[in-house]
Amino acid sequence: MAKNVLVKGVPRHSKSSQYRRKGLQYIKNKTTTPKKSIVNKNGGKWYSTVDISGRKLAKKGRGTAVLRKSITKGTVLILLAGRHVGKRVIFLKQLPSGLLLVTGPYHINGVPLRRVDQAYVIATSTKVDLKGVSLPDDFSEELVCRPKAKTVGGKSEKAFFATKKKGRHAFPKPTDARIAASKAVDAQVLERVNKVPYLKEYLARGFSLDNGDYPHLMQF
Amino acid sequence: MPRTYVKAVHVGYKRSKVVHYPHTSLLKLEGCNTRKATNFYVGKRVAYVYKGEKKDLKGSTTRYIWGKITRPHGNSGLVRAKFKRNLPPRSFGAPVRVMLFPSNI
Repeated sequence: MAKNVLVKGVPRHSKSSQYRRKGLQYIKNKTTTPKKSIVNKNGGKWYSTVDISGRKLAKKGRGTAVLRKSITKGTVLILLAGRHVGKRVIFLKQLPSGLLLVTGPYHINGVPLRRVDQAYVIATSTKVDLKGVSLPDDFSEELVCRPKAKTVGGKSEKAFFATKKKGRHAFPKPTDARIAASKAVDAQVLERVNKVPYLKEYLARGFSLDNGDYPHLMQF
Repeated sequence: MPRTYVKAVHVGYKRSKVVHYPHTSLLKLEGCNTRKATNFYVGKRVAYVYKGEKKDLKGSTTRYIWGKITRPHGNSGLVRAKFKRNLPPRSFGAPVRVMLFPSNI
């Protein structure tokens, strides 16, 4: 029989293909009343002799991702993908969605207040003391999200058939509130970064592999 | 752009004496010479980067075939990788990028 898991953490079938394979699209909306547990009706003194069948109650969505132990407030992280690949940033906190809130600070390496997934980050052993650094009171995760394109009532026919323009995508400009939040946080972080000798230079310098650099031998 | 990937070479397909299994490719990673050293790379994403003739919407001719390192192969630091589409035979000996994500450091 084929293994369902290629190796730990690498499933053979993706989540969506498993969905199809199991035919979950057909039973998604079926309402079933789960049978009540009769195991402990007698105060847990003995197990029931009756087998209990019935579907398990579905878990309520997924929880937020567990933060790796190596990542704590003030940890310097190396970004591994995206626009700011290779830059060193400072970790502030984990957001409700599970993503990490980081800042460059912007003044040092051009990374504003933004979110990253911990899978795309290397945690270094360098930590900045961020005691007393607080986010603005009106801070919410939506502030650092990319604004969604407005598609109320679907695209117009003309827009749908319009050929996409070649060249780089134009990124939406950050909102004023986001810039203000970024500045407010960066001012506090910068103050603490400046206290540590060479930390500013370290953050300004990117991470890059060179010939003869092997990450499996590195101590980050 | 800083290099945040490890260089590897597409050595060939998984095979037996006669039969090739193109659904699995063997990669030789730079500086990785023992089975133990491959531990770090298992699960990491891999990209075979090549040039196509036609430009895409962004105006780029660069194309990628993405895959994942699944397990070590033998004791001398080779790894097996599976790609979204099987790598073409003309990529034998070609460089492949081993990304550092998903990271667990």
